[in-house]
Amino acid sequence: MGNKQTIFTDEQLDAYQDCTFFTRKEILRLHGRFHELAPHLVPMDYTDDPDVKIPLALIVNMPELKENPFRNRIVESFSEDGLGNLSFNDFVDMFSVLSEMAPRELKAIYAFKIYDFNVDNYLCKEDLEKTLNKLTKEELTPEEVNLVCEKAIEEADLDGDSKLSFADFENMISRAPDFLSTFHIRI
Amino acid sequence: MPKKSDNTRKLEDVGIEIDGDPDSADEVKNTKSKGGGKKPTGKRGKADDSEDGEDEDEDDKPQKARRANRRKAAQQQPEEEDSDDEIPQRRAAGNRRRGKPGANGGENGENKRNKRGGKKQKEGKGKGGGKKKSSSEDSKSEGGDEEEESMSEGERARLMEEVEEKKKLIANIRNKPWRMKRRLKHLKEAQLFVDKFEGALGKGKGRKLYAYKVMMMKKWIKFQRDFDNFKTACIPWERKIKEVESHFGSSVASYFIFLRWMYGMNLVLFSLTFGLVVIPEVLMGLPYGSIARKTVPREEQDSAMDYSVLTDFNGYCKYSVLFYGYYNNQRTIGFLKFRLPLSYLMVGIGTFGYSLMVVIRTMAKNADVGGGDGEDSEFTFAWKMFTSWDYLIGNAETADNKYASITTSFKESIVDEQENQKDENIHLRRFLRVLANFLITCTLGGSGYLIYFVVKRSQEFQNMDDLGWYEKNELEIIMSLLGLVGPMLFETIAELEEYHPRIALKWQLGRIFALFLGNLYTFLLALFDEVNAKLEEEQEIKNASIWFTKEYYANYTLNNPNDTGTPPPMDPADVIRGPCWETTVGIEFVKLTVSDIQVTYLTILIGDFLRAMIVRFLNYCWCWDLEAGWPSYGEFDISGNVLGLVFNQGMIWMGAFYAPGLVGINVLRLLTSMYYQCWAVMACNVPHERVFKASKSNNFYMGLLLLILFLSLLPVVYTIMSLPPSFDCGPFSGKERMFDVIIETIELDLPSFLGTLFTYAANPGLIIPAILLMVLAIYYLNSVSQAYQNANLELKKKMQMARDEEKNRRNNKDSTNQVMKDLEDLLPNRSNLPPAEEAKDKHEEKKAKVKPGAAGNGVNLQKDVSLASANPNARGPVTQAPGPRAPGPGAGRGRGQGPPPRR
Repeated sequence: MGNKQTIFTDEQLDAYQDCTFFTRKEILRLHGRFHELAPHLVPMDYTDDPDVKIPLALIVNMPELKENPFRNRIVESFSEDGLGNLSFNDFVDMFSVLSEMAPRELKAIYAFKIYDFNVDNYLCKEDLEKTLNKLTKEELTPEEVNLVCEKAIEEADLDGDSKLSFADFENMISRAPDFLSTFHIRI
Repeated sequence: MPKKSDNTRKLEDVGIEIDGDPDSADEVKNTKSKGGGKKPTGKRGKADDSEDGEDEDEDDKPQKARRANRRKAAQQQPEEEDSDDEIPQRRAAGNRRRGKPGANGGENGENKRNKRGGKKQKEGKGKGGGKKKSSSEDSKSEGGDEEEESMSEGERARLMEEVEEKKKLIANIRNKPWRMKRRLKHLKEAQLFVDKFEGALGKGKGRKLYAYKVMMMKKWIKFQRDFDNFKTACIPWERKIKEVESHFGSSVASYFIFLRWMYGMNLVLFSLTFGLVVIPEVLMGLPYGSIARKTVPREEQDSAMDYSVLTDFNGYCKYSVLFYGYYNNQRTIGFLKFRLPLSYLMVGIGTFGYSLMVVIRTMAKNADVGGGDGEDSEFTFAWKMFTSWDYLIGNAETADNKYASITTSFKESIVDEQENQKDENIHLRRFLRVLANFLITCTLGGSGYLIYFVVKRSQEFQNMDDLGWYEKNELEIIMSLLGLVGPMLFETIAELEEYHPRIALKWQLGRIFALFLGNLYTFLLALFDEVNAKLEEEQEIKNASIWFTKEYYANYTLNNPNDTGTPPPMDPADVIRGPCWETTVGIEFVKLTVSDIQVTYLTILIGDFLRAMIVRFLNYCWCWDLEAGWPSYGEFDISGNVLGLVFNQGMIWMGAFYAPGLVGINVLRLLTSMYYQCWAVMACNVPHERVFKASKSNNFYMGLLLLILFLSLLPVVYTIMSLPPSFDCGPFSGKERMFDVIIETIELDLPSFLGTLFTYAANPGLIIPAILLMVLAIYYLNSVSQAYQNANLELKKKMQMARDEEKNRRNNKDSTNQVMKDLEDLLPNRSNLPPAEEAKDKHEEKKAKVKPGAAGNGVNLQKDVSLASANPNARGPVTQAPGPRAPGPGAGRGRGQGPPPRR
């Protein structure tokens, strides 16, 4: 790792390791990927913490995200401004949450944010419809979509306000068998 | 009002984050619904405000009266003020979250917050009072040294608590749903704080020790991190697996992860076997040709180097370090006095011990992580919606397949929801299923008999010469073919049954498992027959051998009467030797493994690669579309491959004791398999159109592995405990039983009192109570776990009830309790309140319709549900007329017509 040491100081690497689920090598690799996205924007030297942001359009073209129907939402929910411009910190954050090691609770929080299309901290029917249409490439008829959304809300809604709050969502997702294995991106 | 805006900005900052604490759901709502209006946050904000205001007031007045260490320049004041109230507030927010990981939850956090408030007050006053050592000046208080002396006991404890808290924060910061920037900032602050005040803790003499402890702790953490970095750097094939993952999704990748796990385990077994048995023998044992067991017999020597003989693991292979028979029974070898026989036995047992430990630990970890304990029916749609997309997919074709499969599965669920399947012609289906099971039982029995027959025949072949290649390898060929054809046959037969694919897959797996297991055990039984025959034969040979040796010496003295010295030892190649059944068994297993490898690789080459080539290139000149129609490209058979791997491992476990080289072969196999199969799957397979996982939990295959491990443990332990080892080969030759080695060691090498201790321990009087105790413990633990399970169920039921209750309360003020309802019905002047009655009527209806699985409602459901949400408690008016039941019989007394079905 000797020659790459100049990208970050040791303290920075330690801090990143404390704050994420990555090892030193992975963080350097992440930086490499980040740099690759916009070589002219991202400096190789991060020791003085430059404030560089990469726009959403570049990030969703990463092979890891390209095919994901929720790619825009993922990037938006991890960006600080909500518009999808990611700084390196946000970028690391995103893959840390999506990494294998992240605990279920943390993943659930961000999954909730991702599926919350209109950012009102509730999954209402509108959100679910959008989710469903993205999942099926709009191949279900409107009636079917409607039915599925109603059913999903009814199954998971604990307090009967016909939208899913985070508590509802977490209760539902914490018992899903596939959630951990599918809500996961290997970097 | 810059202050105010500052405040709201911060609140927003807090509001963005979603609190992970499920207990404080209300709080979450408060902070989160800020989007709709500022009202919900108001309460919290006000609290903070008042606190801040107070702080500010007090901050202003005694500012000048501050003590020396607070002598700040006047122009710094605004900035300071700002940060001064920012920190506590952030602290409060942070604290609220920090309460999360602890089991005590929100209540604890509440306490702490109060305490913090109290402390702040104190700080305000303390500025006059002189004693101040408060938390809020963590990063900017410089030189608090003179205060430390005057630090009272209580404050020290508080500081200690604070430091502990900070440490906890540092350890858990990665689990916080914060933005990275904020996390970094907090981390830095916490670290600074800890650095600053950690040394101040501990008093008098304890201080040095404490500082030392802290330092060691830091070093230890650093070491741990480096070690973790090293460990992850050692995990191989991360890239390869990622590639496969992005092409085929998580289910195919799970096979490769399993393969990698298997490789790791085998690597440990390999290093055990080679490090403690094979390499010592090679380095320090007697060389080849020194004694009879290490020499190829004279009559075989001509052909011992032939390729065909070597591929059968005869000739030089048989008399090599790879097999049991080569090892000598010398108690110690080399100048290190290495006790090889003991080591051999220990490694044999240790292999099983280690494997058991690893498998069970992995299973426990998986069970811990995988929370798949929900019932199937509870969240069908919600799960489908939120967890069916595989985030690992990074390939367009796979993504298309996934979209299609998700759409189909949704459609299926809708159909399931809409109508209860009715079985037409149930008799025919039953008949077909019975027939199918009958056929499969026949196949299983047939395959078992075939193997038994072949093993018997191979024993006859052994006494014959001029055997063809087929006769020699008949057993392996038959077993591999059975393993190849059986599953296909089962699949065809399973078509008769018309199960749902998921259930069909389970049956299929069970049947393949039965087939493999049956084959393996028939093979073993036949092998035991052979071993017993050999044991009898051995007795005769032993006598013959002794007689022959005597004869040799007699002849020698007869031929050279004038030689008085000891006769030269007999050439080891000429000694008559026993059949050495252990080596025979070892050779069988090695041959089986090798042929299994060959068949697997050939199947991939022909079944996948050749097929893909034909489909790809013949497509240009063929009558129909080969790619789209029949035969098309192959799909990766996950369950079959995993089962193959599991059984292969079973053979390794069984055979490793008789052929230490087998583990090495297996490591090679897994290594090549990784590359080969990765290549094959990427080059010639297409993503699954629909994936049915055999089991929800990832412990299914681990369970199979455990079962196989146990089953392969049995025969090996049986041979160790109850069969006499061969008299002239292997590390245990000359002993009554193999485990006598341990007894010998205890008697000769350990101090005598330990020996007596062991004899006591081996006393049945001690063992039986021990077993009894274990049984009792198992019984106790079992009943405890059952009690937990019951409690779990009970809690689940309660949650369900609470949920229904809540729902109904929102829709309807009525009690949901049936009895209470009936009681209400019986009230005398019920019909005097028509409007309320009518409203209730509507609710009644809503409830009836909202029930899931209400047959026949179909797509119309949504209309009624939208009605349901418009309940009188909400502001919105009822926009739609009540459904068809509204003017039902006895409009005033709608309640009387019986309750809707309860869930």
